[in-house]
This record gives sequence, structure tokens and C-alpha cells, in this order.
Amino acid sequence: MKAKTLFDKIWDEHIVRSIEDGPDVLYIDRHYIHEVTSPQAFNGLKERGIPVFRPDKTIATADHNIPTKDQHLAIRNELARNQVETLSENCRIYGIELFGMNHPKNGIVHVIGPELGYTLPGMTIVCGDSHTATHGAFGTIAFGIGTSEVEMVLATQCILQPKPKKMRISVNGVLGKGVTSKDIIMYIISEISTGGGTGYFVEFSGSAITGLTMEARMTICNMAIEMGARGGLIAPDETTFDYLKRLPDIPGKVDLDSAVAQWRKLKSDNEAKFDRELEFDASLIKPMITYGTNPGMGITVDGSIPIKEKNSKEATASFLKSLDYMGFKPGMKLLGHPIDYIFLGSCTNGRIEDFRAFAQIINGRKKAPGVTALIVPGSKKVEELMASEGLTEIYNKAGFEVRQPGCSSCLAMNEDKIPAGKYAVSTSNRNFEGRQGPGARTLLASPLTAAAAAITGKITDPREFIN
Amino acid sequence: MPKEKFDILESTCIPLPLENVDTDQIIPARFLSATSREGFGNNLFRDWRYKKTGEKNIEFVLNNPVYSGTVLVAGKNFGTGSSREHAVWAIFDYGFRAVVSSFFADIFMNNSLNNGLLPVIIPEDLLKKLMDLIQKDPSTRVKIDLEKQTFTIIPTGDTVSFNINPYKKECMLKGLDDIDFLLSMKNKITSFEKSKSLSE
Repeated sequence: MKAKTLFDKIWDEHIVRSIEDGPDVLYIDRHYIHEVTSPQAFNGLKERGIPVFRPDKTIATADHNIPTKDQHLAIRNELARNQVETLSENCRIYGIELFGMNHPKNGIVHVIGPELGYTLPGMTIVCGDSHTATHGAFGTIAFGIGTSEVEMVLATQCILQPKPKKMRISVNGVLGKGVTSKDIIMYIISEISTGGGTGYFVEFSGSAITGLTMEARMTICNMAIEMGARGGLIAPDETTFDYLKRLPDIPGKVDLDSAVAQWRKLKSDNEAKFDRELEFDASLIKPMITYGTNPGMGITVDGSIPIKEKNSKEATASFLKSLDYMGFKPGMKLLGHPIDYIFLGSCTNGRIEDFRAFAQIINGRKKAPGVTALIVPGSKKVEELMASEGLTEIYNKAGFEVRQPGCSSCLAMNEDKIPAGKYAVSTSNRNFEGRQGPGARTLLASPLTAAAAAITGKITDPREFIN
Repeated sequence: MPKEKFDILESTCIPLPLENVDTDQIIPARFLSATSREGFGNNLFRDWRYKKTGEKNIEFVLNNPVYSGTVLVAGKNFGTGSSREHAVWAIFDYGFRAVVSSFFADIFMNNSLNNGLLPVIIPEDLLKKLMDLIQKDPSTRVKIDLEKQTFTIIPTGDTVSFNINPYKKECMLKGLDDIDFLLSMKNKITSFEKSKSLSE
């Protein structure tokens, strides 16, 4: 029998039909939907006069367009309100479970899926959102799709996909103090660029990866898309099974003990071949920060901005435009640069461990006076945990207001926009021009680096605060 | 439902000599609140086309009357970032029918093929030559033949083959819809579910 990668095992299990010289028809186990990328898909169903094929495998949330304050009031923005109401109406008509705003299980789609037990090893998972890759942390094939494909899955629970190539990225060694999984993935993207993974599905492995908690693994897989990869997965192991066993509930008739026995088989065979393999040494990774306008333009927090891109003979027009937008110069150091905003949240770093990490640094200290902080839990569950663990109190004492869950400032569809020209250290996943608001200047970083900046009001090495 | 067919396209081009153009630039998030597919062309490259004051940014290529056409020529790694299909709708609604580059992001490429917008991959050196030619002479025309899978710069005669998934090529040539195809195999899907005991 030919040796197979984990990716192959899951993919092959889900092929309904292979089209000659064409894509595979892939069955989808879990379809997550939200208010922004679903309306036109539902319109398509209406035009065809057909129902949702498997509403029981579809889970909905409202997260992108909702406010993160006063959620008990009606959404003020008319278009946002309309979009959220459209989702509610569609879920009602088609019989889909919706964890809408104010529902106790509401939150960012890629935060609530795993915490509610809807993401399980060996599944194929899609959502009209590129950070669907997050769920790969559980050993799933999870990827983002466009609205036309959302319609496809709603109609038939299947999708047409050409099979990507396979890449394995191994990270071995011990992570230094104050260095997080966010820094690992930012480092990898800075090394291989935002196109480095295009055409591939990535498996992350190695001791530094298996040593991570589930939430830390989700941060890594979440940003696989930022290197252009279709998605990223990590083989399930005891850490995964413990996480799932400790959940209050796993929906559906899942016998966890027999499921775990099956899930233990979900790993790449020793002899399995990957189309490309990369290796990194975790001990060399330091806290990272971006300086430019794509997630690959990152340096160590104590480093200097390069004078040109890695593989160019000289600085390209795009490179210089990017620096100009950010108000930075080639060769400049970022340490000590004043900042205006910090954003803690998003599907990348909006889980309880991220809020604990941030609290570690702010505890007993005060937010810098010139800094505006947007602290946004990834879900209602995270918000509750923060309160019950006493974290909310720590935040409040330090001068930080904790908001309500939502995608918020990550893409700033709602009011949580960073004003033009302002510098924001953000624990989200993209620093494109205008991403957090027209003219906003995003610096991506880990929760620890964001916390350090929030206290000092400048870009700071978080290791100064770690004993 | 039948879509517009793609056959042979001959047109002048609009040059965008920038690399890593992401979908947040193509269609900023604040325009994603629509519940239908219409009108996205108005907001294509919104923050590059218009200044903060609302007046047109005459420096941006789409506002330069010297350039016209249904083919967008862009620097490598076009369409990176968010999966928003709205980016493709904006490009298509504005009037483009093909995007030419040396490298496309995966999800954008998929979304394009699903909407009748043809992504054409040409070698980097030819892309540079084309970009320079168009900027020197905006009347430069290109010819894209989907059946033959060839891309030609008409004045110079430079011709290359481009790759496209054969299934998608057939769909675009015939104006076919993926969903009709999948719906036609419903029985196979339910058999698959039964074989894996997936339907509860």
C-alpha cells in the first residue's frame, strides 16, 4: 500500500467522484456560514427553487458586521443591520442553526466552531472566509471559499476542488520565553512570502508544533492562508483529544472513545512524500512585527526594516509604496516607535489563552495614556471565561475596556476602525493598506507584543516584561 | 443557470504594474455589506480611484482616459488575501473579462473561474514586456484564445500558451454552471453518504 500523507487520507476519504482532467467532487462534513458571504448564495437557492441539502451540517453566526458595544441595541448601520437580518431570515427559512448576535454561543465563526465541538478530526470543513484554515489545527481539511462555492455546498453538500500539492513545514526546537505561536507563523511567512505556499496545502509538524496547545495551533493554521496556501493542518494527538474530551458538549451522536480510536490513525505515514518540505528552528524565532502592507513584510521586533525585498536586486515600486504608506523608511528600526492603537482579538488571537497572555503583562500596570485599546473577545464563551477568571477585572484596573465579541477591527466592517495615519499594533492577521480603516497603519504582532506596546505606548520587545 | 460564454477576446489593456495586489484593495471591506451581486464595479479599487475628499485620483490608471479595454494586466501575486468573491464581481462588473499576470493567488483564481473572468498566467518576462509596451503605446492590443489556450501580443506577435484546468475551460467555453453539474449527481452524493453512514 502506498504511503499517504494525512492530507491525502482525509481528501481521498471524501471524494464522491473524480472528474477526468478536472477537479474532485469533495463531500463537506461541516459548512460554517456568516452574514457577509452568504446572502447571494441563498439568493441563488431561491432562484433555483431548491432547499439547503444538509441544514444539519451547516452552522451560522453573525460576526463580521456586528458592533462590539451595546449589542443589546439594534445595529445602527442600515446595511449591516440588513445583512444580519438577512442571515437570520435565511436560517429561519432553510432550517439552519444560527448563533446570532446576543446568543450565548455567538462569536467569530472560527472561534465558536472549535469551542462548541463542531470541528472534529478528519473532517472536511469550508466557510466563505479565508481563515477557515484555522480548523486545520484539529487535523481537518479546512479552507476558505467564495460565495458561489457557498451556494454549491448549500445546494449539494459538495464542492468541486482541484487537489492541491502538499507541503510539510517542520518546526523543531524550543521556543524562547516571550515567543508565541503567532511569532512562529509570522516568521515562516516572512521567510517564504505571501505567495510561497500558493498551490499547496500545508502540514505543520515538529516538536515546536506538537508542543503547542490547541489554541496556539489554531493561530498557526489560521495564518496558513497568508502564505498563499490553500490551508494548513496539524495531525491530531493527545493534546487534541484532551481538548475535545474537556468540552462540555460534542454535538451529534459522537461516541468520543471510539472516535478517538479512529482519530489516532489520522497521521501521515512515515514514508509519505510531500511535494515540498521546509524546516525551521524554533529557538531562532523572536517576537515579530510587520512593517509593511502584507503579512510577509515582517521583522523581529528589535530588527531593522530591510532596504529591499528578499529576492529582488533593488527595491520594487510596490515595496517603496508600502513603506511610504506606513510612513517608514528602509533600514529604520521600529523599537521605540510610538503607536496610537492596539487591537487584541480576531480569529487569530481572540481566544482565552490570548487574553491570559496579554493580562500577564498588563497586570499591575497601566495602559499608556495616548493609546486607544480595542479588546475584543472572540466569543461570548471567551468573554464569560475572562470574567470568571478575574481577567476582566485585571483589564479594567489597568485602564482597558473589554468589548463584546465580533471580528471588529480586524477588517473594520463595523465602527471599530483605526483612523487614517494612526499606528495600530494588532493581533489580527492582515496589514493590507486600509484593512483596519482607510489610511490605517497596521503592525501585526502577538498578544504579548501588543500588551507591551499598550503599556509603553511604543513598539516594545515583550521579553522585557517576561521574567 | 447558463452564464456568459468565453471564446476569443481581443482588446486593449489597462496596466496595473503593482505586485501583491490584495482583495482588500480590489474591494474594501466596507463595501461587502450588500446582499446582492450588483453594482460592485462602482467600488472597484475604490481607495485608489478616489481621494479621501471624494474627488477622483487622476494619478490612478483607471482614471486615465488614455487606457481602456476589457483586459487588466497586473503584477505578480494578484488577488492575494481575503476569499471575498466580491473582488471578482467588482472586476467583472467594471467591465473586465480577463486578468493577465505571472502569478495569481489560489482562492482568487478559483473565484474568477467560477464567474467567467479568465485568469491568464504568462511568464514574468513577457508580463514585463507587455506592461512596458502598453504604457508606451496604450493602443496595444492582445488576443486571448481560450480554445487554443494562447495569449498573443498583437503588434509584436509574441504568443505563449497558458494553463487552465480543462474542466473549468469547458465550463467557460460553454457558459456552464458548476451547481447544475453537482445537482445532476444528487443520487451519487446520497449513495456516498449512505456508504459512510453520514446522513443521520
